[in-house]
Amino acid sequence: MSALPAGKVTNVVLAGLGGQGVIKASDILADAALRAGLDVKKAEVHGMSQRGGSVTSDVRFGERVLSPMVPHGEADFLVVLAPSEVEVNRDLLRPGGVLIAPDLVPEGELANQRSLNVALLGALCTYLDLPQDAFLAAMKAAFPEKLHAVNEQAFELGRTLAAGAEPTRRLRSPQ
Amino acid sequence: MERQLLSGDEAVALAALHSGVALGTGYPGTPSTEILENFSELGGRAQWAPNEKVALEVGLGAAFANARTLVTMKHVGLNVAADPLFTAAYTGVSGALIVVTADDPGMSSSQNEQDNRRYAIAAGLPMLEPSDSQEAYDFFLTAIEMSERWHLPVLFRMTTRVCHSKSVVVPESDGRAAAGAAASFPVPHFEHDMAGRVMIPAHARPAHRRLRAKLAEIAGWAESPEAAQLNRVVPGDPELGIVASGISFMHALEAAPNASFLRIGLVNPLPLNLARAFAASVARTVVIEEGDPVIADALRAAGISVESKAEMYRFGELDVRRVRRILARDESPEPAPARGKPPELCPACPYHTVYATLKKHDCIVAGDIGCYTLGVLPPYQAMDTCVAMGASIGVGLGLRHVLPPAEARRVVSIIGDSTFVHSGISGLVEMSYNPPATGHVVIVLDNGTTAMTGQQEHPGTGRTLDHGPTGKLSIEDVASAVGIGSVTVIDPYADPDGFERLLVERLAASELSVIVARRPCILAAADIRKWERQAAEFRAAAAEQALFDAPAEEQA
Repeated sequence: MSALPAGKVTNVVLAGLGGQGVIKASDILADAALRAGLDVKKAEVHGMSQRGGSVTSDVRFGERVLSPMVPHGEADFLVVLAPSEVEVNRDLLRPGGVLIAPDLVPEGELANQRSLNVALLGALCTYLDLPQDAFLAAMKAAFPEKLHAVNEQAFELGRTLAAGAEPTRRLRSPQ
Repeated sequence: MERQLLSGDEAVALAALHSGVALGTGYPGTPSTEILENFSELGGRAQWAPNEKVALEVGLGAAFANARTLVTMKHVGLNVAADPLFTAAYTGVSGALIVVTADDPGMSSSQNEQDNRRYAIAAGLPMLEPSDSQEAYDFFLTAIEMSERWHLPVLFRMTTRVCHSKSVVVPESDGRAAAGAAASFPVPHFEHDMAGRVMIPAHARPAHRRLRAKLAEIAGWAESPEAAQLNRVVPGDPELGIVASGISFMHALEAAPNASFLRIGLVNPLPLNLARAFAASVARTVVIEEGDPVIADALRAAGISVESKAEMYRFGELDVRRVRRILARDESPEPAPARGKPPELCPACPYHTVYATLKKHDCIVAGDIGCYTLGVLPPYQAMDTCVAMGASIGVGLGLRHVLPPAEARRVVSIIGDSTFVHSGISGLVEMSYNPPATGHVVIVLDNGTTAMTGQQEHPGTGRTLDHGPTGKLSIEDVASAVGIGSVTVIDPYADPDGFERLLVERLAASELSVIVARRPCILAAADIRKWERQAAEFRAAAAEQALFDAPAEEQA
């Protein structure tokens, strides 16, 4: 440990409601960063979130991460799973940060709506410097085998939709 | 070893396994619950106790027998366990006893944000505080070493963000853990030491002096290079020096990366000489700590000139932004945090009926700790008090004793099954011993699990921490045994009208009544069925084996 500057850290906040798989998505993202050889920290509050309330999870990765929490207004990416959670969390983004909202994935496009979390991770992946292999390995580790195919499809759908999103919606990629 | 992404709770469980902890015990409580669950999954021997006091006593007994033991609880759990804790500081231990207290600054899932660093000072026990999962792992090994070296229980303070945040851990990075070296773990055995462990005044007086001598020795050690893993100076900008511990250290290092740091891992006893020299080496010394100004007050009392945070930062968690504000002496109002959707009773919770009925009859509800506390929120708003585990019964009785009879008759105590076993039973004894003139009605919401903390077992489920079969406490039998005249078991979900009739009848009677409202938690129901099936199979197999093993004449 030393007091060296932490260097560039990527800040992601995932938000949604209890039961939507916010924590699962942040686990996969953090694991992908770990597999890419980066330092990573992830913070969220358990407990009451199990009762259907708002849930947010912070994932930070880079050369060296200090605080596990994304400072308010410094998120590079905000990934939101529930329409009701977009506005309450918008302030977490830094100016120019990227919002990935649930309406990116049109109703009925997913074989199973429960994999919206993974679809939005697929969208997030298009902005990140993490190898896609790391994501796929992290997903394999996170789900039982019978769910691998459906989640890989969801991930791919999210990637495609994000890549094809109109520039206005896509906003500006950081750096 | 491989890099792993672990929560602080998982890191402690792994360290406990690697250091040969022979027994882990505790009571579920956010954010500490996952420690024992993970320890069990890793193959450690872990068990839930009825409450934290019993857990600590079981851990103490094991540590008297030379074993390494781990006891876990949330911050308010240490209040329950405080009685044995203070005297265990006098008796000390033969093996190792590590008591994890998981504090919850900001109250993500708690009724208060008490700062348990105060307990270390009050009881006179060493306390370590990690700031991430790697330190949780490393410091746990150090805690075991300290406990065995000074024969003292060691407090291990974690906070919500350390317990639940995940960060990279390389186990055994410093080569200390004895993973796979089970031969080096202490073998439990008993040696008499009446003067050391029977705390009659004649024994306790010298024991107190021994404790203070040990603490003085630890204070000296804490300043030495041997303790550099815990306490150390990181030189930087001579204009700004920051003293920090736990998660606050991480926030501060990010907020002021160029500052000089005194990083404190042992929060009791504090390294006062190190702090004095550090403060003298920088122009301005600021203590960054969550909760109470414990370190700042201690340093000032020792005559060390430090700056503490403004009073407004005593409340809630710290984060990088708040640390920047503290360093800038910014006391302007903070922006209100985003208000998301509050938690609520699950839509299919079996207890909606109970709250609807309590509201309909305008009951005065003395409530308790658990999911069902959410009955205070709309739409029911059917809870009037919630203070501490088990308090519903005592508080309900107090209300009954002094209110005019018409109002007293509307008072109901409501308590969950795990909470009842934790500390409701003595309330029931009080009810039988000092009955109010109007009688009293206690409703036990028995959903067959410790639901709020994530569906843990308890003595009333008849299953152990890892869901195996064991002795089962019967709530209704306990109620009858302590002398409650009317004890009724009912499923309020299957028979809502019957529940309402029963409640109205019991409220009208000037008698002592316990209503056990029994219906499994909707989230746990499927698992409970599976575990019950496994338990039944296990019991059947055991019975068959017993029959087989029995002498021939008994088989007839």
